[in-house]
Amino acid sequence: MSAPSVLRSAARLDCFQVLCAAACVLVVGVLALIFWEILHGAWPAMKKLGTGFLTGTDWVPHRGRFGVLPFIIGTIATSLIALLLAFPPGLAIAIFLSEDFLPRPVRQLVRFVVELLAAIPSVVYGLWGIFVVVPMVQTAGTWASERFGEVPLFAGPAYGNSLIAAGLVLALMILPTITAIARSSLVAVPHALREGAYALGATRWEAIFGVILPAAAPGVVAATILALGRAMGETMAVAMLIGNSSRLSWSLFAPSGTLASLLANQFGEAEGLQISALLYASLVLIAFTLAVNAAGELVLRYTERRTAGLR
Amino acid sequence: MTTDAAPTEAVTAPPAPGAPDIIRVRDFNFFYGANQVLKGINLDIPEKRVTGFIGPSGCGKSTLLRSFNRMNDLIDGARHTGDIRLAGRSIYSADLEVIALRRLVGMVFQKSNPFAKTIYENVVYGLRIAGVRDRDTLDEAVERSLRGAALWNEVKDRLNDSALGLSGGQMQRLCIARAIANRPKILLMDEPCSALDPIATMRIEELIGELKSEYTIVLVTHNMQQATRCSDFTAFFYLGDLVEFGKTNVLFTNPTEKRTEDYITGRFG
Repeated sequence: MSAPSVLRSAARLDCFQVLCAAACVLVVGVLALIFWEILHGAWPAMKKLGTGFLTGTDWVPHRGRFGVLPFIIGTIATSLIALLLAFPPGLAIAIFLSEDFLPRPVRQLVRFVVELLAAIPSVVYGLWGIFVVVPMVQTAGTWASERFGEVPLFAGPAYGNSLIAAGLVLALMILPTITAIARSSLVAVPHALREGAYALGATRWEAIFGVILPAAAPGVVAATILALGRAMGETMAVAMLIGNSSRLSWSLFAPSGTLASLLANQFGEAEGLQISALLYASLVLIAFTLAVNAAGELVLRYTERRTAGLR
Repeated sequence: MTTDAAPTEAVTAPPAPGAPDIIRVRDFNFFYGANQVLKGINLDIPEKRVTGFIGPSGCGKSTLLRSFNRMNDLIDGARHTGDIRLAGRSIYSADLEVIALRRLVGMVFQKSNPFAKTIYENVVYGLRIAGVRDRDTLDEAVERSLRGAALWNEVKDRLNDSALGLSGGQMQRLCIARAIANRPKILLMDEPCSALDPIATMRIEELIGELKSEYTIVLVTHNMQQATRCSDFTAFFYLGDLVEFGKTNVLFTNPTEKRTEDYITGRFG
């Protein structure tokens, strides 16, 4: 009686293992195929343009000039602007929602609303940006360039579709990522640590900033890095707002471009070497997001080791 | 030491011989919502002695301990009636800030809770939040406190390492060092050894014996051997009542209450 049932469950286990293994192979295989296909498509451009592609500042497809540096800079600049703008309020909201400042139902509601931000499709953010953020940015930019025109960041004519418009909307888009992950790591800080701080005469703020935040640091770092990765890869809203220019400029109010927006804008009408160059650009983008995630993983491991034994 | 006109004379607390009282609990009732967990407690805790609180789980001993530094304030729906006086002054009086109270009444918890900081920063945390910036003062406090907690020799060469790399017993002694860095008058210990192995427990118990020359210690323990080893006085709580309080050797050898005798002889609990 017992032997067959053991056999049966062993067979079932085998079947289950095979299914799981197949799923793993499938995922890894698809990833490898995507990578191979991009590499294959980018190869002609890589052979022809070499590393000059990465340092070139001209992107003039009909003359066969492909320099991706302005888009690399645009990608980094928009992501950093977004992170700078989203991190302080994102963390503040996370702290607010993880402490008992508000009654629990209100906190749940605020949390739900913030996480709802993540559910809005990118194109809707883009539309909202066009109708609301772009005009505001234009007004503010004109004002700033009239008064602080000597400062490179505000120099030149102010456009609505610009680096800062894209950065602002990106900030809103990555805010829920930061808040959600930071909040859950703050909530996971053992209650004993709070008590320990209070028992030594700490005020609530001293406990939060001196004890709870340091203990939640790995999660906050992870939140930041995931948000940065998301901002770098975000395509639709950025393509709608950034102005899609390949001109390098210091001005926050000048049109710019990112790797993702370049791909979205030009792929439809590209031909010949341009297609290959765009695939080369997408390799660069993949390299960037990969590097960010790898760096994040390293930082996370380091900070986790430092705070190991806390939980 | 001021003597107050207590509202009522202590019902269950006998005079504590040999030492003046530092904590006086008077008609203290404590509630979590509708649930009364302490019933009319009257108790005088003598200065620079170890007073053990024993009793089965849920008897209220930890609640009373956590009332002394008002840690129960953090719990929703907690309220009390009656009074607790510390060196003659009500801990609930408006002119005694809860932060000042907690600096006066240090606490060591059941599970050690070092912060995600270096050993050094853990010890000086209380001083830093009190605004002490002077490096020499901090250095001096670290050595004094770690020596006081019998940890100095083990960690003096790695003060800037993370506190989270210490062993369980070392972490608990670090938490004691952190508490005494504030120079409190009273140390509350809430089952400080319950998560430790016998050797680490023995070290903490030895330390308690040394610390009582400087501090008044209130020790909650589940372990009756520990109470007999460590405490000069013992209070036995049962279902929210203070059943019996007296010198440890008297309470354990010749209890006056039947419930005390039943508990210490292991008939329940």
